[in-house]
This record gives sequence, structure tokens and C-alpha cells, in this order.
Amino acid sequence: MASYEYPRYSYRAPPELKGETGRRRPVIVVGAGPVGLAAALDLATHGVPVLVLDDDDTVSVGSRAICWAKRSLEILDRVGIAAPMLEKGVTWQIGKVFLHDQQVYAFDLLPEGGHKQPAFINLQQYYVEQFMVEAALASPLVELRFRNKVVGLAPGANSVGVDVETPDGPYRIEAEYVLAADGARSPARKMLGLSFEGKVFEDRFLIADVRMTADFPTERWFWFDPPFHSGGSALLHRQADDIWRIDLQLGWDADPERERQPERVLPRLKAMLGEDRPFELEWVSVYTFQCRRLERFRHDRVLFVGDSAHQVSPFGARGGNGGLQDTDNLAWKLAAVLSGTAPDALLDSYDTERIPATDDNILNSTRSTDFITPKGEVSRAFRDAMLELAADLPFARRLVNSGRLSLPFCYVDSPLNTPDAEPFAGPLVPGAPCLDAPLRTADGKPAWLLERLGGGFTLLGFGAPPPVPDGLPVPLRTLCIGAGHLADIEGLAGRRYDARDGTCYLIRPDQHVAARWRSPDPVAIAAALDRALGRTGPLQEV
Amino acid sequence: MPDKLRRDLGLGDPDDFYAALIDSHRGLTADQSLRLNARLVLLLANHIGNAEILDEALREAQHTAVDGAPGPAG
Repeated sequence: MASYEYPRYSYRAPPELKGETGRRRPVIVVGAGPVGLAAALDLATHGVPVLVLDDDDTVSVGSRAICWAKRSLEILDRVGIAAPMLEKGVTWQIGKVFLHDQQVYAFDLLPEGGHKQPAFINLQQYYVEQFMVEAALASPLVELRFRNKVVGLAPGANSVGVDVETPDGPYRIEAEYVLAADGARSPARKMLGLSFEGKVFEDRFLIADVRMTADFPTERWFWFDPPFHSGGSALLHRQADDIWRIDLQLGWDADPERERQPERVLPRLKAMLGEDRPFELEWVSVYTFQCRRLERFRHDRVLFVGDSAHQVSPFGARGGNGGLQDTDNLAWKLAAVLSGTAPDALLDSYDTERIPATDDNILNSTRSTDFITPKGEVSRAFRDAMLELAADLPFARRLVNSGRLSLPFCYVDSPLNTPDAEPFAGPLVPGAPCLDAPLRTADGKPAWLLERLGGGFTLLGFGAPPPVPDGLPVPLRTLCIGAGHLADIEGLAGRRYDARDGTCYLIRPDQHVAARWRSPDPVAIAAALDRALGRTGPLQEV
Repeated sequence: MPDKLRRDLGLGDPDDFYAALIDSHRGLTADQSLRLNARLVLLLANHIGNAEILDEALREAQHTAVDGAPGPAG
């Protein structure tokens, strides 16, 4: 029996097919994968009604994306999904790298405490989608339509026509904006005739989910040239329900059809796991990895998010986690533009912020893939030399690259940032994602900084409440860490934000820093808020 | 310059350097690559200059053994 029972979500004939005129929607999301659903849930928190169209009626088949980074959990915590993910998933932070059967290197992804979310959890994509669908079904602002396949997009000056096919026939519906979250093979991309350029790695990998009871620790184990799979690489990673993810490098000459067959897969797995260990094969696939992206993610009223916009190789877990950072970046901007508080030009900053982030993901996953699958004798010689040195020499361990794991991108060059006017130390420069810290409320309850920041614009003051300007275009919450307010119980907030009495941060709805001051004044705060909304500054000067 | 061979990380961005190193061999034949590596070792050795450090580096590189196949000094 399989470990997971796939839900079937019900299809209902859309009202547009019963003679009703469909009203124009503010946002239509194409694709109910993790990125599309995260976008819908995030938009709903900003009060934007969303229609999600999906051609299927269930969740992801196979575990697919399994590693969810701390930043993703922080993003999903704002829509209530992190808690069930943590409960079901397995938490890990240690990775080990082996050459042959010797450990050469181990790393700890979150050596320092004081964060609500762990460094990483592993959870099969189908669970993540299931939790998201459940949250979407419970939201009065999200409408999900399964077995509604988008077959055409007709961009116009004021809206986009979306042509949909259903079991009961076709219909057309209009949207002010369309989010194309329809995956790596994105039909939406083809409908707009967009090219998707990049690099194909000439190698093949067997990816298998195996169900077994094993007392291996909950760590990421990566082998170069292990005795059980000579010449290739191997990865072992635990998921929920006693499911284990195994990746085996097969080489470019492997026949993908043949390698998928149990008579080829089982001996490989037995060699790795031992002849005596009972296991069941749950899912198997053979992949060739690619790194590529669209030239631009915004195409007027159609915006591409997640794998439809960019594809990376899986080393580093930068696909799903990168996609969630896309929607995190876009949802509040779209909400601000739809409500009229920000100009349409704010949406251009989705490209200016997420394209460098994507290039960083592509660069890192390309380098990892090049290290893991060296092409040519010299690359292999350097790679092997590095591994040989790594056991004894610390410097070489830093060069061993079995995947540089996903970290949130810092939008240092964003036009939405207000540059520092006073000196600050530490990582929280304008554009950086906020760091968490443990706090205590005035009435003695434990709290987390990120939780308190919420999902709107926030003014975070240290020592004394910051001065709030009048007549702002959007609500601005204030938060104060100091006597009589939130207590910085371990001193971590003060240290991480390099705070002194009077220090103040303006924080965006996606919890990135927009501006900071040592002694803020209301005029400067109002100006920084206008800039972060694209109402003034470089976005308006183009 | 330290008077012992550095074992901790000295490179500012190790991934950048590694990528540049691999890139420098792109399109070269095996013989050309061998010669490039030789020139690179000679350049770096001259830059280091210190005989003790170079001696230590030579021994470390020879000593590192994998698969039970020791280097000449092992």
C-alpha cells in the first residue's frame, strides 16, 4: 500500500458555462502547484480575491520538491501553512559529504539559535500542496477551479482574456493580471511565444522515493563515487512517512526509459541500502537537469512566477524555494497596484528584484552541478583533488560543492531601497530579508519578531516608539522593542539589527528592509515609504 | 605572508575562484591543460617564494592518499 492517498478535488461546472457573464477578476493564477497556491494565499491576506485555474484535480504526483528552507517557512507562516508543514515534515540542519566510504566534510546550516523556523525541513511536495489547497478552500477570497485548463491568453490594454477548457466546454474570463505559475513546461510561456534559454547538463539522474524503516539520522548525506555506485554521485535524504529520497547519477549515456524500470532500479538501490533491508519503491523518475530563465518575468499584465519563469538544477533546493520568494516579492506589489496605492511601475520592480535573485540561484546551482558532474578530464581531476584534500585540509572543504543550499536573496540594488545615511553594521542592509529573534510581549508572553512584523508595512523602532508621519498612502504599523514594549529577551534582535536607542527600520510587507535610520524623522520615513511603493524614486524616472 | 602553509580558507570567494579555474581550461586539449596547470603552479610558487611553505605544500600534495593508493611520499 502506498504511504499517501492522493486527494481528488471536486470539479463543478463554472458559472460562465451556465449562461452567467463572468465578471472580470483582479487576479487569475494559472496553476495550483506550490508557487501558484502560495501566490493566491498571500494575495488573499492582502484582501485581493483570486481565481486559481488548474488542469488537474489532485496534488503533485511524486515527492518532487522536498527541501523547504527557513525563508520559505517564514513566508508560509504568514499564510498559516508553516505549522502543519513542520508537524508533518522532518527537520534537519546537518549535511555530510562522503568520498568513497569516508566522510570528508559536515556542515550545520543553522548553528545559531533564536529563529522560530528551522534551517530546513523535508516534506514531499504533495503534502505542501494539500495543506495549501485546504487553506485556499477555507479562504473566502480564493476560488479554486480544478480541471479548468487554460488554453489561451489574450493580453489587452486593460485586462487579459483567459480561455479555459473544462469537461463541460470552453469559456473565456477576463483578469486584470494573470500570474503564470504553470511550471517548467509552462503552456502560458508558449502562448505568449516566449523563449526560455539556458544550459542543459549532459547527465541523467535517477530520483527514487523509497519506503523503509531505517535508523539513519535525519541528515543530508551526499556521496562522491561511493562503493555502491562507482563513478557517480548519490544522495540520501529523509522525508515524512518513512519515505527516503535517493538520487543516483547515471551519466549521459543512460537510457532514461530503461533506467526507470524496476529491474534496473532495484539492484541499484539494494547495492546502496544493503541486500537485507526491506523497502518498497514508491516513485521513480529519470531527469536531465537544466538551468534557464525567461529574459523578463513581467510581460505587461502577465507575470511569470516559479518554474515557468526559471528552472534550476535541484542541487541547492533553489527551485521551490526560489519560486516562493517570487510570490513573496510579487503579492504585496500586486495588491498595492490593484488598490491604487502604488503605480503600475511598482510591478517592474518584480523584474529588477527577482531577476538578479534568479541569476544567483542559476549561478549557484550551475556551479554545484558542474562540480558534481564534471565534464572533461581536467574538471574531474580538480574535483577529485579537492575531495582528496578535503579530509585533512579545512580550506578544501569549503570548495567541495554538493549543493549551496537556498538562502533568501538580498535586494541590495533595488530601486525601492532608501540608502543608509548613517553607518550600520551587520547583514540587515536595505533590501535584506529580516532576521528573526525571540521576544517577549509586555504581558509576558513569548513572541517572535517576524511573526510580529506581519504582512504590511511596519516601522520597527528600538528603545522608543518611532515617529509615525501623518497622511500616508498605506497603513503603517509600528512595533517597538524596548522597555514597556516587546522585550529583546536574548539581546538577539538588538545584535542582529545593530540597534541603538532610537534606531528604526522601515520594513516592507515581504519582510525585506526598505530603509533604516539612527534618528528617524517623519519626513524621511514618509519619503522612504513612497519610494518603497514606487511612487517616487528611480522607478518613476525611467 | 604566514610562515606556514595555510590550511584554512584563504580565498575570498572559493566558488568564484573554482569556477574561474575550471573556465580557464575550457576548450583546451589534455596536453594544453597539463601545460596550463604547470604554468599556474610555477607562477604561484614564485609568488609564494618561501621555500619552507613550498616544501610543505609539495609534501601535502604528495601525501594525500585516497583509495589506499598513496602518493610517492606516502
